[in-house]
Amino acid sequence: MSRKVALAVAWRSIHIFLTNPAFLAPGILFPLFFFTAFAGGLSAIAAAPGFDFPSGYTAFQFVFVLLQSAAFGGVFTGFGIARDFETGFARRYLLAARDRRGIVAGYAIAALVRALITWTILTAVALVAGMQVGGDGVELLGLYGLAVLVNLTATFWAAGIAMRVRSIQGGPLMQFPVFLILFLAPVYVPLDLLSGWIHAVASVNPVTALLEAGRGFISGDPTAVALAFAIAVTLPLLFALWARGGLKRAEAAA
Amino acid sequence: MRGIAATQIGQLARRSVLRTLRQPSQIVPALVFPLFLLAVNSGGLKDATNLPGFPTDSYLTFALAVPFMQGALFSVMNAGTDLARDIETGFLNRLALTPLRGAALLAGLLAGAVVLGLIQAATYLAVGLLAGADLAAGAAGAAVIVVLSVTVTVAFGTLGLVVALRSGTAEAVQGMFPLFFVLLFLSSMALPLELLQTDWFHTVASINPVSYLLQAFRSLLIEGWNVGELALGFAIAAAIGVLGMTAAAAALKTRLVRT
Repeated sequence: MSRKVALAVAWRSIHIFLTNPAFLAPGILFPLFFFTAFAGGLSAIAAAPGFDFPSGYTAFQFVFVLLQSAAFGGVFTGFGIARDFETGFARRYLLAARDRRGIVAGYAIAALVRALITWTILTAVALVAGMQVGGDGVELLGLYGLAVLVNLTATFWAAGIAMRVRSIQGGPLMQFPVFLILFLAPVYVPLDLLSGWIHAVASVNPVTALLEAGRGFISGDPTAVALAFAIAVTLPLLFALWARGGLKRAEAAA
Repeated sequence: MRGIAATQIGQLARRSVLRTLRQPSQIVPALVFPLFLLAVNSGGLKDATNLPGFPTDSYLTFALAVPFMQGALFSVMNAGTDLARDIETGFLNRLALTPLRGAALLAGLLAGAVVLGLIQAATYLAVGLLAGADLAAGAAGAAVIVVLSVTVTVAFGTLGLVVALRSGTAEAVQGMFPLFFVLLFLSSMALPLELLQTDWFHTVASINPVSYLLQAFRSLLIEGWNVGELALGFAIAAAIGVLGMTAAAAALKTRLVRT
């Protein structure tokens, strides 16, 4: 895979993201807004019988918002890919790149850089807001490692759609399933406190394992780590194939 | 004179309604997205009913007020985007060449929001009740909920018109969506005002009019007939509508002068 191609694509995407407030602002503001609304507005939930998360409700919600911002960082990158196809710039990429897998890799690097910027701000805000962190350095590395893998998965998912649809009209298709799978996990309370259909769905939702492991890391009580990393490593591999298929479709249409 | 105005409004209203009904991309998200969040939140936040002071033992009933507000936010987007498209495609310029009155144009454009508001209110209420939500105010309460929902939808729709007229682009209208969403999230959407423990959040939610609109819906669902809360809800919706229409009329004047 051409490293030069990947770096060139990444540099351009990062440059566009950083120099255009219309792209920069939503990526940073949305997670902050969700964090504020959930951690601030729902803090009373921590008093519900059976809720015993040791690091408090702010940390409990921080993990969800971190993983959510990781996923949406990938989705927003998919919007950028679709826009590049609409404007014809992606065709130029396809013509110029010797190894076109480098194009997808470049977008993935850009998505990660974008997510890292968001996470830095989100973490700083959470700490200022009084978030309690019980985990040590290695455990926090585990938490952010999960977020990186979620970001990669979402980027490959959105890239696969963007390169198939090749229009920003595919935006809802990139966004809605991600939104759906994230919110069908234990967002507000631990899995044990859910009941009925939402418990049944959340129990088989792979995001649940990621959330539980992430919450375990931040509270210093690692939970379901092997399962979470098995899922988190498998998903990007599967969706890399999906993105590769999208690239082939785009190549055929170019 | 009155007949001419009625004809003008009628023609534009017909166009607005048909346009709304012919765009599933406007109707489907406005129905599906709020109901999805209702399903998720009523399942995920069920335990909130165990908090001392929570007004009902059914979180579904408590949360059923939220889709009506989300639907109203969609009307900001739909009414605004339709008008912005008219500006972008030059349709407004052509209308400006006719003796059409500004007030007729604005009123006609909101007809689509009224129809969408009716569809939304009926759907949310039917789905909520079928899922097991309570309606303490009974059948008459259901009618008032629909009327309140349409009033709120139209009121928020005027804000979409203002943004469209001032910006002239559908993209700018779409860009306002997060801002209106913030209004919803920073309200008593998930918990009653008195159970919001974070001080600053409680303060923001207390001055956010959306909290009182939600309370008006909730009063019918949970308490029965609470005239004070209902009157406050209708008054806030009317105030938003009047302010929105006034601002839209001023923006329309400016835009037609530019034309």
